[in-house]
Amino acid sequence: MSETVIRTIKLGRDFKTVTALEGLDLEVPAGIVFGFLGPNGAGKTTTIRLLLGLLEPTRGRAEVLGHDVASHGSEIRALSGALLEQSGLYERLSAADNLEYYGRIWRLSEADRRARTRELLTHFGLWDRRAEQAGLWSRGMKQKLAVARTLLHRPRLVFLDEPTAGLDPVAAASLRDDLAGLAAREGTTIFLTTHNLDEAERLCHRVAIIRAGRLLAEGPVEELKRGPTAPATDVRGRGFTPAVIGRVGALAGVDRVDSADGALTVFWNRTADTSALLRALVDGGAVVDELTARKATFEDAFLKLVKNETQEDPACSAI
Amino acid sequence: MFRDMSTVIWKEIKEIFGQRGRFKGGKVGILVFLAVFGIFLPLQNGPDWIRSPLVMIYWAWIPFLLASGVVADSFAGERERHTLETLLASRLTDRAILAGKIGAAVLYAWGLTLICVLAGAVAITAVHGQGRILFYAAPIAAGIAGLTFLVALLASGLGVLVSLRAATVRQAQQMFSVAFLLMFIPLFVLPMLPAAVKARLLLAVSGLNAATAALVVVLLLAVADAVILLVADSRFRRNRLILD
Repeated sequence: MSETVIRTIKLGRDFKTVTALEGLDLEVPAGIVFGFLGPNGAGKTTTIRLLLGLLEPTRGRAEVLGHDVASHGSEIRALSGALLEQSGLYERLSAADNLEYYGRIWRLSEADRRARTRELLTHFGLWDRRAEQAGLWSRGMKQKLAVARTLLHRPRLVFLDEPTAGLDPVAAASLRDDLAGLAAREGTTIFLTTHNLDEAERLCHRVAIIRAGRLLAEGPVEELKRGPTAPATDVRGRGFTPAVIGRVGALAGVDRVDSADGALTVFWNRTADTSALLRALVDGGAVVDELTARKATFEDAFLKLVKNETQEDPACSAI
Repeated sequence: MFRDMSTVIWKEIKEIFGQRGRFKGGKVGILVFLAVFGIFLPLQNGPDWIRSPLVMIYWAWIPFLLASGVVADSFAGERERHTLETLLASRLTDRAILAGKIGAAVLYAWGLTLICVLAGAVAITAVHGQGRILFYAAPIAAGIAGLTFLVALLASGLGVLVSLRAATVRQAQQMFSVAFLLMFIPLFVLPMLPAAVKARLLLAVSGLNAATAALVVVLLLAVADAVILLVADSRFRRNRLILD
């Protein structure tokens, strides 16, 4: 059984009257890319700050790399790397000096600092521009430099808050490959927050979804896709009158019917009954050209989870 | 601790000298400062500049001026430019970060002051030396070195303390200016004192010799430095800085 790198038990944090995080239970095994997803204000950044020992929990506890976050934050920070919401680059310093500074902070030897700086900047295509002030660079270049700085000391655990934000599609894909390779080759655990669900689906071995500080779901992406996502059927054709739509909507197992641009999408709250649907359409006088079962996407699953939570708990909108 | 502190100092000094402003970075500004305070003013005063103990009072203000130009940036600048949280997420201890920030400001202010002091002696020697080297008497040189160090530490500690709480560099500079003005309160209060009190004060001061007076000032500064450093140390808390 693989080592657990992050374990939280009923972890919670309040800011005055606002509860930013409540009862978070997580276990992140070593060597995987773990996606931590949620809408803005869900509590992702607060969670990272708690796990890095930068904030103290109000309730519960958490262990990172075997150390308690409340009492051994410095040990956790010594073993991990973090790229937070802001790139954290010193814009008046050159790219090479930014890495030099953090190389010194992490106590790399001079030879190692030089070799690692060259290796990372070359990898990200920035080596030839290492003497330029970081502040003069594009956002994408800065983001690459920030990622290089985060990986400089070969940390066992890396926290990445929106690492591909601001990167062009080619650079983002390249970074995703790097992160996947890092986890696979070197056993580095990556704790990643992102709004890009496609990225999470491609990259993450497991994901957790939070909203308003509460964990909604956790598991492998494929499992979450199967879970709360309703099956859906797309219908193309003609004659989708309100009467036909009403007839379809009245079928057993139909959750709702969306109509747009001469097409229907039928959402089911159980296994799709395609033959009953076809019968209802034809009996209602509609002409059906094509009828396809829609494949469940992670985005559907995510939205369903988040929206369900909003409907069930109006207080969620407080944060 | 010392290694981490020197890492922070390395970065701070690099940033100070790499600043891109009106003077092509900090270097030209420093040369102008050196020319005015290290050469022009000593030459205006002539050979008395290196003989009079009163010169210690002049030099004591220089580190304050120099530190005030850079120290407001220490934490407020990191906060404003969004580099603080990444720094706090590193392995550096609270004390190493704080000591590095104060150390960099002291090194800059005290170091440049000593360069100005030496430049003053060189300028006086060049113009009035007539083949001889003119230099401060040993007690005066030691007094200048000690006094300017303590003032540099006071200004740096005070500036870092202010910068810790300020949201922006501008706010830190404004707060620091107010703190600077507070030091002049005795000058405003003194004329308002009753004549009898003033006479007693004058009698007490005139009774002191120069060495005793210097010792009293040094002791007062050392106590003020210690208090400022203790307060800064107690105010520097990672979780508070994150929430600020």
